[in-house]
Amino acid sequence: MERLIVVGNGMVGVACLENILAHKKKFDVTVFGDETHANYNRILLSSVLAGERSADEITINGLDWYQKNGIGLRLGVRIVNVNTTLRTVTGDDGGMMQYDKLIIATGSGAFIPPMDGIYRRNVFTFRNMEDTFGMMRVAGEGKRAVVIGGGLLGLEAARGLQIQGCETTVIHIVDTLMNNQLDSTGGDLLKRRMEELGIQVLAGRRVKSILGRDEVEALEFMDGERIPADLVCIATGIRPNADLARAAGIACGRGITVNDYLETSDPRVFAVGECTEHRGEVYGLVAPLLEQAKVLAATLTDNRGPVFEGWKPAAKLKIMGLDVFSAGESLETPGTDAVRFDDPGAGVYKKLLVRDNKLVGCVLVGDASDSNRYMDWLRSETDLTVRRKSLLFPEPAADKGSSIADIPDSETVCGCMGVTKGRIISAIHDNGIRSMAQLKECTRATTGCGSCSGVCEGLLKAVSPEFEEDTKRVICKCLPFSQDNLREIIQTQKLKSVQEVLEIYGNGIGCEICKPALSYLVDVVWCGDHEEDRSARFINDRVHANIQNDGTFSVVPRMRGGVTTPAELRRIAEVAEKYKVPLVKVTGSQRIDLLGIKKQDLPNVWRDLGMPSGQAYTKGVRMVKTCVGTEFCRFGVQDAMGTGIELERRLENLFTPHKTKLGVTGCPRNCAEVTVKDIGLIGQEGSWQVVVGGAAGKHVRKADLLVTVETTEEAIEATLLFFQYYREHGHYLERTYDFVERLGMERVRKETVYANAKDKKNLLRRLQKSKAFSQDAWKEGSTPVNTTQFIQIQPMEGASREVVQ
Amino acid sequence: MWTRITGIENIPLREGRTVDLVDREIAIFNLGTRFAAIDAQCPHRGGPLCDGIVTGCGPSLADAPVRGHAVVCPLHGWKIDLDSGSVLKPDVSVRVETYEVRVDSGIIEINVPKARKVAA
Ligand code: SRM
Ligand SMILES: Cc1cc2nc3c(=O)[nH]c(=O)nc-3n(C[C@H](O)[C@H](O)[C@H](O)COP(=O)(O)OP(=O)(O)OC[C@H]3O[C@@H](n4cnc5c(N)ncnc54)[C@H](O)[C@@H]3O)c2cc1C
Ligand code: SF4
Ligand code: FES
Repeated sequence: MERLIVVGNGMVGVACLENILAHKKKFDVTVFGDETHANYNRILLSSVLAGERSADEITINGLDWYQKNGIGLRLGVRIVNVNTTLRTVTGDDGGMMQYDKLIIATGSGAFIPPMDGIYRRNVFTFRNMEDTFGMMRVAGEGKRAVVIGGGLLGLEAARGLQIQGCETTVIHIVDTLMNNQLDSTGGDLLKRRMEELGIQVLAGRRVKSILGRDEVEALEFMDGERIPADLVCIATGIRPNADLARAAGIACGRGITVNDYLETSDPRVFAVGECTEHRGEVYGLVAPLLEQAKVLAATLTDNRGPVFEGWKPAAKLKIMGLDVFSAGESLETPGTDAVRFDDPGAGVYKKLLVRDNKLVGCVLVGDASDSNRYMDWLRSETDLTVRRKSLLFPEPAADKGSSIADIPDSETVCGCMGVTKGRIISAIHDNGIRSMAQLKECTRATTGCGSCSGVCEGLLKAVSPEFEEDTKRVICKCLPFSQDNLREIIQTQKLKSVQEVLEIYGNGIGCEICKPALSYLVDVVWCGDHEEDRSARFINDRVHANIQNDGTFSVVPRMRGGVTTPAELRRIAEVAEKYKVPLVKVTGSQRIDLLGIKKQDLPNVWRDLGMPSGQAYTKGVRMVKTCVGTEFCRFGVQDAMGTGIELERRLENLFTPHKTKLGVTGCPRNCAEVTVKDIGLIGQEGSWQVVVGGAAGKHVRKADLLVTVETTEEAIEATLLFFQYYREHGHYLERTYDFVERLGMERVRKETVYANAKDKKNLLRRLQKSKAFSQDAWKEGSTPVNTTQFIQIQPMEGASREVVQ
Repeated sequence: MWTRITGIENIPLREGRTVDLVDREIAIFNLGTRFAAIDAQCPHRGGPLCDGIVTGCGPSLADAPVRGHAVVCPLHGWKIDLDSGSVLKPDVSVRVETYEVRVDSGIIEINVPKARKVAA
């Protein structure tokens, strides 16, 4: 079997391997990659930085894929030498391997213009996972980030860093942002929109040096002006990684020179991806490169025939809520007509460049919804004579379905992966595809930047007879976003009330599903510093009691740790008699429930009880169940009651995605049943085990160990960390037993108790902030949010029955 | 018969309140640009409709603003159209009574049929 070596484990090299596997010819393949991550979607690093996706979510082919296909993989090894005579590659680990055929797919690296101080700490480029994590470690609230470069990459980096909490500035060398893709009108509008998002843009400025002792502290411009910076990201363009080939004597220009078959000057060496130069063109976007990968696969598998003739890729900015799209030419030239739509007030600018009745370029800012149509005209060189009067107006789409039907089969729907509508439809028919997940798997559509998901889903719905909604995607129909998405929207768009979110992103009204969920999300994102809207909450959260089957309410006062006093018990007894409470019951959670109370009586009942709310009605901390512990029990080794009471004090009055029940037990006999609680502390001789995700309701699940710690303070801290983490990452109505399974304990541990000091501090800080904004809900008995919250409205005329009697 | 009920300030935005009239209980909702009034009890098992969450009527994004408002009963989630009184969810053919509402100098007035004979 011929031995094939691939240098570079990036997007295109591996895509080429995928294509080779699809052909019959077998190779003995080894891939060398100098990154330590398995094959991932580099495009989506922007989303990782913007907090929209986690690192695991952008994997394209995990390690199991290599195994399954018998591909040898060497990660973390950099190839430093290629000898075309001996046909060997040498790694930086000294290892050497011989090839029959060699694919160089080394991608590109950051191009850094001459400036001083680029080696200071906290100066980054934005190319790989390591860069991304590096920036995320430094970024945070109160940090000043400066991005040098106002192109696609720079702007996405800036947005990401801002979402990470940084005060962010973009510096661009010329006046027009994205000047490779936009004209000055488009660039100016984009600049304004970036500024509206809260990102400062300094255009037409050039950086001279990066200053600081060890870490970066400031930037200095050519004119001597300085601005402070804690983090610098240089995104000033890319440079093909051609040095390896060049040193081996293979013909190179800016990149490795390849012909239409992706062959280099050496008959056994091939190159593909961003490291290549084809007909004088070097590409920095993935769509044409994936085309190269297909062509090379054919060339290598004795199917030499298909050619790569180059194309103009389209560029799309991946910033949520900011549509920018550009393809082909962007500047007017003699003989070219520019057709424009320009509404600065609405923040929309569109320009089509037409020559000889054909589209040669387009620029869209603020509304890129028609980009697919224009791309199709551009690629297929459609004659536009008959359409000249309405180029900018789509044929009115009667409804979503029919506008999808209008798309011609040849039109590319997924620009990143180059998937046409025809391909999707035949894949659906041929493979019985019925869900988006299957469609992705089969065609790779939507797996690039993801902006074509809507169209693909529409197609799937229209074509597949048994369409299945991917589970848990959107909250509801009024608000078609996932919860993670919504958190991001609420945070970055600075939305502080449920109604604002509904008006900007939803149908303006909302429903019983999304309103309570949004109430939770705005509360947790702003740590309680939001505009509370009681109309969006379930009745229980308006009147702070649990509605019963007859419209009366139940009242459960807080009895921290299940510990009470004779005085409290006496007051409870008096209240029960005074208000003729129909039922007094000891609950399953170590406290006392007064059931059947009228809404109008609630404030007085609370006042007479003189105890805080037990929140038995809401998604919040119910109780911390405790056992006797060291106080009295002869086996007790830890103070269960004291610790439980302390925890309850620290966590009460806060909202959680679903109710949260805790327990603390003084020894491993576990009399407080904490291994079936959302969070449990198990006392041991000289240590505590903190366990999470337990359940004994609809489901029974034994809690997983979060961490074992020595002191009570540490156990409390671990609890607080997990608690806040669940608040921030749990979906509304997701109990911890589902939450820990969805995320996996590995990740939960890594991002709570084993997180770095800064992340931990931030979690605790946000928890503290929420706590500071919270109060015992029963205080509203004397100061209700609405004056008529608890009272019955008396009509001015038409007297009520009581009055008649 | 138009009956003066209460000041508009007594019914908070997007919430409902019940008033007890001679022969019936009516839930009044503040929908922001208008008020709506329906019988207070849920046709399912008598749940207090005034305590429900106000929502749109239609199933989807597009028809919500056009098709008006509904309320979801807090007990078991029946969804009642505030304009027609019909039950939108589940699919049952019962309905609740609806009433005309108008506002006169800040006072909500409801058009209620003359009181039936008050029992007992
Ligand atoms: C009052 C109480 C029963 C009792 O008399 O002991 C109770 C009563 C209700 N439980 Fe419970 N649960 C009570 C302890 C429990 C326990 C035991 C415990 O907490 O140790 C469990 C199992 C543990 C757990 O939470 O998983 C429990 C599992 C549930 C569940 C299932 C949750 C699950 O996901 O598995 C529900 C339904 C839900 O939340 O979706 C539920 C829902 C309810 C609701 C709130 C139903 C509702 O939405 O109105 C009941 C209110 C009755 C009423 O009319 O007021 N209740 N419920 C207990 C109140 C404890 C307290 O002091 O706050
Ligand atoms: C943040 C970001 C956002 C982007 N967004 C978009 C977008 O929205 N749309 C789009 O079309 N494109 C986008 N791109 C560009 C796109 O990611 C690239 O075009 C694509 O990854 C190129 O694939 P490649 O395989 O040629 O190179 P790469 O994916 O870079 O892979 C090359 C690999 O080879 C490794 N390597 C290099 N030299 C050696 C060596 N000597 N030995 C061993 N390994 C080596 C590199 O470390 C790298 O892992 C984006 C890029 C970035 C960084
Ligand atoms: S188990 Fe809980 S929810 Fe079910 S009837 Fe008993 S108290 Fe109500
Ligand atoms: S009583 Fe209204 S839904 Fe059951």
